[in-house]
Amino acid sequence: MASPFLGDLINLLAALLLLIAFAMLAQRRVLSLINLFAWQGLILAASTAVMAYSSHQHHLYYSALLTVLLKVLFLPWLLHRLIRQLNVKWDVETLINIPTTMLTGLGLVVFAFNLATPISQLATTVAKSTLGIALASVLLSFLMMITRRKAIPQVIGFLAMENGLFLAATSATYGMPMVVELGIALDVLVGAVILGIFFFQIREAFDSLDLKHMEQLREK
Amino acid sequence: MNTWPDTLFQLIQSVLVVTLAPLLLGWINQCRAWLQNRRGAGPLQPYRELHKLFHKEVVLAHHASALFRMAPYIRFGSMWLAAAIVPVLATDLPFSPAADVIALVGVFAFSRVFLALAAMDVGTAFGSLGARREMLVSFLAEPALLMVFFNASLISHSTQLTTIVETLSHHTLMLHPSMAFAAAAFLMVLLAENARIPVDNPATHLELTMIHEAMTLEYSARHLALIEWSSHIKLMTYTTLGIALFAPWGIAQAGDWRAVPLAVAALLFKLGLAGAGLALLETLSAKLRLFRAPEFLGTAFLLAVLGLLTYFLRIS
Amino acid sequence: MLGVVGAIAGKSTSWIQRLVFPSSALTSLLLLVISLLALSQPVDTLVLPLGLPGLPFHLRLDDLSAFFLLLLGAASLGVSLYSAGYFRAMENATRRLFCLEYHLFLASMALVMLADDAYLFLVAWESMALSSYFLVTTDHKIPDIRRAGFIYLLIAHLGALALLLCFGILQGGHGDYAFAALRNAHLSSFWATTAFLLALFGFGAKAGLLPLHVWLPEAHPAAPSPVSALMSGVMLKTAIYGLLRITFDLLRGQQPWEWGALALGLGLLTALFGVAYAAVQSDMKRLLAYSSIENIGILLVGIGLTLLFHTYRLNLLAALSLAATLYHSLNHAFFKSLLFLGVGSVLHATGERNLGKLGGLIHRMPWVAWTVLIGTLAIAGLPPLNGFISEWLLLQAFLFSPRLPHPYLVMMMPVASAALVLAVALAAYVMVKFYGIVFLGQPRETKLAQARDAGIWERLGLGWLAAGCLFLGLAPALVIPILDYVTRFLVGDALGSMATHNWLFLTPVLPERASYSPLFFLGVIASVVALTFFAVRRMYHGRLRYSDPWDCGYPETIQPRMQDTAEGFSQPILRIFEPFFHIEREQPDASTPRPRYREKIEDRLWRLLYRPLIRFTDRLSGGITRLQHGRIHLYLLYSFLTLLALLIFVR
Repeated sequence: MASPFLGDLINLLAALLLLIAFAMLAQRRVLSLINLFAWQGLILAASTAVMAYSSHQHHLYYSALLTVLLKVLFLPWLLHRLIRQLNVKWDVETLINIPTTMLTGLGLVVFAFNLATPISQLATTVAKSTLGIALASVLLSFLMMITRRKAIPQVIGFLAMENGLFLAATSATYGMPMVVELGIALDVLVGAVILGIFFFQIREAFDSLDLKHMEQLREK
Repeated sequence: MNTWPDTLFQLIQSVLVVTLAPLLLGWINQCRAWLQNRRGAGPLQPYRELHKLFHKEVVLAHHASALFRMAPYIRFGSMWLAAAIVPVLATDLPFSPAADVIALVGVFAFSRVFLALAAMDVGTAFGSLGARREMLVSFLAEPALLMVFFNASLISHSTQLTTIVETLSHHTLMLHPSMAFAAAAFLMVLLAENARIPVDNPATHLELTMIHEAMTLEYSARHLALIEWSSHIKLMTYTTLGIALFAPWGIAQAGDWRAVPLAVAALLFKLGLAGAGLALLETLSAKLRLFRAPEFLGTAFLLAVLGLLTYFLRIS
Repeated sequence: MLGVVGAIAGKSTSWIQRLVFPSSALTSLLLLVISLLALSQPVDTLVLPLGLPGLPFHLRLDDLSAFFLLLLGAASLGVSLYSAGYFRAMENATRRLFCLEYHLFLASMALVMLADDAYLFLVAWESMALSSYFLVTTDHKIPDIRRAGFIYLLIAHLGALALLLCFGILQGGHGDYAFAALRNAHLSSFWATTAFLLALFGFGAKAGLLPLHVWLPEAHPAAPSPVSALMSGVMLKTAIYGLLRITFDLLRGQQPWEWGALALGLGLLTALFGVAYAAVQSDMKRLLAYSSIENIGILLVGIGLTLLFHTYRLNLLAALSLAATLYHSLNHAFFKSLLFLGVGSVLHATGERNLGKLGGLIHRMPWVAWTVLIGTLAIAGLPPLNGFISEWLLLQAFLFSPRLPHPYLVMMMPVASAALVLAVALAAYVMVKFYGIVFLGQPRETKLAQARDAGIWERLGLGWLAAGCLFLGLAPALVIPILDYVTRFLVGDALGSMATHNWLFLTPVLPERASYSPLFFLGVIASVVALTFFAVRRMYHGRLRYSDPWDCGYPETIQPRMQDTAEGFSQPILRIFEPFFHIEREQPDASTPRPRYREKIEDRLWRLLYRPLIRFTDRLSGGITRLQHGRIHLYLLYSFLTLLALLIFVR
């Protein structure tokens, strides 16, 4: 089995990932949000690479590389371009104030950790204890999507959720089969592009990216 | 335990921390000046200012009580004590059993409460405003700091700083996962407690924003010098504390005299780096509105608690 | 032992006013010494042929009672000394009555701690409640005070009712109410839990636990200051005593972990609630009353933690947290009495208890100011004073919580300790506000210039309590052995010699783990202060000039009214914890011709819990009044029907 050092390293990286998920929850600015997302991707890639090294699973190297390309370089670049073109650099507006959100997040973390404890005892991988962290970051990203009012932070929340899922998959089972992974990567990519197009359309229609305007679309 | 060379070493170390403290601040200011394309006054400037202040004549408000005159000395004394507890060069210190990390937080609280009371003593609007804001910042920063320490003491099963540092410096990895959270929280507390940007701006006297400076507005000459100097020591103590907790490599072990020169070199290097880092951070960030400060510190507090949770995830 | 109690009670009828309070102080001192001696002695029991025929009073002096008697003696010594000077101005008839009630109060508290059967316990408990009710309503001509007294009496009786039921369950159908019999009654876990919940309710009502705290901030300000001091410093501890007695002594052996978790959670809520409300008060005594609620919360956290450790047979850790709890009770008795007495002196000298109308009293009343400063620092939990030590011990106990075998609990502990630390840190905010506004700054009213310092008896009382704070803070290694008797009695283990192997250092478990030396602490600070002082004088100079404070370049404009008011000082807290409070605001804008600004902060729970309860009771009693017509025939009919029902029942 792998050395305890590598296990510790993976744990540390997972902890950093959760830290960034929390920072995103507390972040008010869209630009910093995108940067944080990029950092999260980078850490995810690093942890995947370490896991690949420690478990000699070569396909994990490819997924690490894919993560770097897609989530550290391409998607942040796309998002940056988007907000430049849409000219939206406003502060993120939240539905609930940030301390309350953070407290809720803390509760979610406790919940996730407790939930993951029995599952992670079944797993046999080096990084089984990161399962709780992965679950927690998925929940946190979900929370971020719920509490944000504008469209772009919601998309970032969606992408960050995918990061958490990816970590969960690698930590529990050494990653999904390559085909599935490629498929998901493609999904995310296409999803982001389509959302990008949608943003333009939403703004054309409502002259704003505030999602509360979408409420007008419901049936009266 | 209480052998003479150890005690001597302890004394030397605390004197060193106290005398080098203004230099650290000077260095940070110099780095900031460089980053902002200014020439700066040189890292020795704080010494000159202290010297100047000591020479001046004290001007005291008419209805200042004895508490007002005592407070600078008490603050200086407690900061000296704090500096003596933190292992800077070696982990075996005869003073260290006198106070553990919880007591260290207590020392900071003690000196702060005295300063806040002294600020209210003269009875001007500024003083009470400063005291109120300082206590506001501290009541959130103090628990966060304690939670950071709890992170460290859960790993090392001790609240004794020397034991903590020894355990951490023997750890396989440079950073325990839960310590990643603690480090982020500690950095935020450091900025807030030492009246740095983004919570306070040490260079301003604008009543809308000042916190620490508002408290010391009535002080002059040697009293002000002592307060300033204690603030330098506080910054130095926090920085060395951060180094000891999160980057303890190179610290000399108990009774190992030959490691001391290496430890000095490592410490100077790390301090220089930390100072530059702080300067960079302060240049890059803007001061928060006062009512964003609780949010900032609340985040620090939650991060530290999260660190504790992460620790339990690993052992369970 | 009985002699002491009898002496207190006997003296109370004495009409030599001048001698009564000093002699009661003397008896307190005697009580202190006796209980100190009793700690190391085997258990003393005594049966009094008093009371109802066939139901003699049982008295028992074991380690737990002795500790709390020690607390009573120590605190009442200070308070009685103080009272000797405080009530000089009172008119004679009131004073005589007051004297009687005061001593009855003291004696009944002592009896509560000595009682060895449920019957005597409840009798003493009720006489304690009644005598304190009369003490609270000493100034019964003021309607507010009558109202406060009524709320107090109501809640005290609710609590007593719960206790009655609790003892009823505890006896387990044997009909023997002596504590010795209660100890041997074997209860099923359901009944044990019911008894625990009833005890928590009953004692919580006396202690000011969260939903039952409403009487506290009303009654404390209404009572004369020495009475507030006794109520807050000692009477609340009788509730702690009772809770310890029932959970650890009478219900020995069966403590599911849920009890501990419940106590811990309630304690945390109480502590946070109390301190947040204390922060926004502008009446000195209300502020202190809310701070008492906070401290009771901390004590309950300690009890909860002890229960948790005890459930899992971690007896040493249980001893650690119990020692923290007991230490904190002792501390609270000292510093809260000290603060209430200090406030009493301020009230006496200025006639003002609104913080916003005081200020600058450190110049006028130096004795009071400096002793209260010690109490302030102690209650703020600052080293090297006593409040810090108990909080330190409690945090140490929290740090051992990973040893609990229950994963959920282990996960919740960091959050719990974080909440506790937050409450403690906020207490420092509250205390800076309290002290800074009352004693520092400039006098906000002109009449404050006439304020006179406390007299000799008051000084003695304040001095004793302040010295107690200092002693408890500086010599913990001498106090821990006293606590060890109690912890060994209740949880079967003690910190023992480890804590005291070196009198300079306090090391609760292992020296590598944690240690703290307050004397060393003080020594370093004091020597550095002295050294710096002389060094600065030698190397530079000591020149000094007096001038006006900085006035921003507008001379003659600085006024005392520009200082922060109490409301101003607490504004940030109000803003951060806004959802906690129920705030009524009246803030007209600048164009209003005669603007009137008003802000009233109310207890949320009053609105959420008590209003509906009151409405419900009103409706209920409305229904009952319909039965009451005033016609004698109907009443006779009721009696007749009752008689018939009873006859059917016993058939």
